Amino acid sequence: MADQMFRKMIANEGVPVIEAAAFTSPPPLAEARVAIVTTAGLRKAGDAAWGPGDQSFRVFDNDDRDVQLGHLSPNFDRAGFAADINVAYPVDRLAELAAEGTIGSVGAHHISFMGAQDDTMTKIRMDSGKAAAKILKDDGVNVVILTPV
Amino acid sequence: MGTLAHTLEAEGISTVALSAIRGVTEKLKPPRALHCEFPLGRPLGKPLDADYQKNVLTAAFELLKQTEGPVLIDFPDTIEDSSDEALSCNLPPRDDTDQHPALAEAKALRGAYDRNLAGAGHTNVGRVGDADAIPELVECFIKIADGTSWKEAGIPTGNILEATKDMMSYYEEAGAELAGHTPAARSAESWFFKQTEGGKLLIAVRAAMKEAKVPFWMYITPMGV
Repeated sequence: MADQMFRKMIANEGVPVIEAAAFTSPPPLAEARVAIVTTAGLRKAGDAAWGPGDQSFRVFDNDDRDVQLGHLSPNFDRAGFAADINVAYPVDRLAELAAEGTIGSVGAHHISFMGAQDDTMTKIRMDSGKAAAKILKDDGVNVVILTPV
Repeated sequence: MGTLAHTLEAEGISTVALSAIRGVTEKLKPPRALHCEFPLGRPLGKPLDADYQKNVLTAAFELLKQTEGPVLIDFPDTIEDSSDEALSCNLPPRDDTDQHPALAEAKALRGAYDRNLAGAGHTNVGRVGDADAIPELVECFIKIADGTSWKEAGIPTGNILEATKDMMSYYEEAGAELAGHTPAARSAESWFFKQTEGGKLLIAVRAAMKEAKVPFWMYITPMGV
């Protein structure tokens, strides 16, 4: 029931106002180059910690598996990710979908932000989000799967 | 996450979001979202279940066929957290003849933690230090519970929120080994806070920080603990 309590509280929080929402049409899935962008606050083992209100991002290579949950919130399960990173960061599943031909290819990089930010997220919208998009686009990524924790 | 969806779409990348909190997704209106009523922290639903995870991804990618948005669809299966059912496992014997019971307990769990790490090949401990640093962390928490300011307790890196997560993860991963299976969502956390000296210590740390009017005292433990 812990999740229901948290969901109820968070659902009442403010969110950024999006004036004009864009809608980008994707290529056929079997031709898409797919990357993960997660708000799980992941980091590579040994990298610097996330700080309160941190709206920066971390970049991972597709081969990286030594990623850790670094999100500052205590209000989500950690044991599932400890057993299998794919439960929030599905790199192995994307590799399988690419091998089967369901998706075209997997991006060379994936990206993590840390969610549960303030209700404006100005830096993400105006700066770090755009910088993350450039890294993905430079790699030819045209579809992103977004995962929370 | 909805904010990132809008930002990436504006930069020319198509997105599909796994939604965890429907009320927020409804307000943020990302172009394509699959709401998954799964335990928070497990957006793909089930660890170590590749078929289930792939079903979730396939349902999400199906939304890319939509020609306009926003579209918000519910994944047909739901999974509740198990915070009401503490993980069932026995703590190993400890030597607390001349040390704080939480310190003795943490040291006694090291073998289980190491065996879990060897099996899983992965750990979430390492935010402020590895498992070798856990006894030092426990000693810092004992000081804070006894009234020392958190800033003067000697927390490695000074990041107490990260330090508490290292403590929780150390116990949760050792608990998984002692139970012999991957814990249901938040059941290891419940075991830690309800049945261990380490959990009692973090609750005491939270109380001391609340008493000292530290503004982020409520983030020391999960809500409802």
